[in-house]
Amino acid sequence: MEIKKIAEILDARIVCGEDLIDKEIHCGFASDLMSDVLTLDSEGLVLVTGLANLQTIRTAEMADITCVVFVRDKTVTPEMRKIAGENNMVLLECRYSMFRTIGKLYEAGLAPVY
Amino acid sequence: MEFKYDVEGGNFAKAGHAASAVKKVLKQLNVNPKVIKRVVVALYEGEVNVVAHAFKGRIIADIDPSRIYIKIEDQGPGIPDIDLAMQVGYSTASSKVREMGFGAGMGLPNMKKNADKLQISSNVGKGTVVELTTYFNS
Ligand SMILES: Nc1ncnc2c1ncn2[C@@H]1O[C@H](COP(=O)(O)OP(=O)(O)OP(=O)(O)O)[C@@H](O)[C@H]1O
Ligand SMILES: [Mg+2]
Repeated sequence: MEIKKIAEILDARIVCGEDLIDKEIHCGFASDLMSDVLTLDSEGLVLVTGLANLQTIRTAEMADITCVVFVRDKTVTPEMRKIAGENNMVLLECRYSMFRTIGKLYEAGLAPVY
Repeated sequence: MEFKYDVEGGNFAKAGHAASAVKKVLKQLNVNPKVIKRVVVALYEGEVNVVAHAFKGRIIADIDPSRIYIKIEDQGPGIPDIDLAMQVGYSTASSKVREMGFGAGMGLPNMKKNADKLQISSNVGKGTVVELTTYFNS
């Protein structure tokens, strides 16, 4: 599933990485626990999270995660956007709850990690 | 090539700067992306541990054509029981650390999984030394 499809399904705002929205995403993982995200080996992963801080972006950077969705209107700070931009990430802001966000992506056929 | 980075205890805004810098170096050296991910995930976990659990630390990364050796040395409370600390789920992290998305007791086991060699030594009341080695052709 392309990132732009994810943005469309979630009616999400593309905060940065607009030029990368044709990238293919293979699976999704939802967590606010960065130490858990860091255990994943999957490629082409979208991270869905309610944790909007710099460590979310650093975690995505180290784990080669190209797309992060922030749910429940969590806002991306300029510092987060800067580091995400340097690392070719797409950040999406979405107003749906975690439950609804994941449900919609799952329903659209996005595969889980486990 | 040797690189040194300072780590400030409690400063979550800066946590990850060493791992980020090492990632850039390894990319420039054309190391296999899968190996880079293993190295920087382990380093990042170690860096966050210093920020989360210690007062201050210093990271040394030594890179040669066959491997990277990383030493993470901190001044802090130390780890009284390393075998216990290595168990998944064991954590003494503060609520502040948990709010940052850490403190699940998964970092040290994940470092072990991602490094070819992991060695930890600690002096209670003084500090901890974590050494990681990963080979590029692994
Ligand atoms: N550098 C350190 N100095 C002092 N104690 C440490 C250090 N590193 C780890 N520990 C101790 O070992 C425990 C387990 O560490 P580990 O990295 O596995 O989990 P965590 O840091 O608590 O949570 P997570 O890594 O999942 O975010 C810590 O909670 C802490 O008690
Ligand atoms: Mg840890």
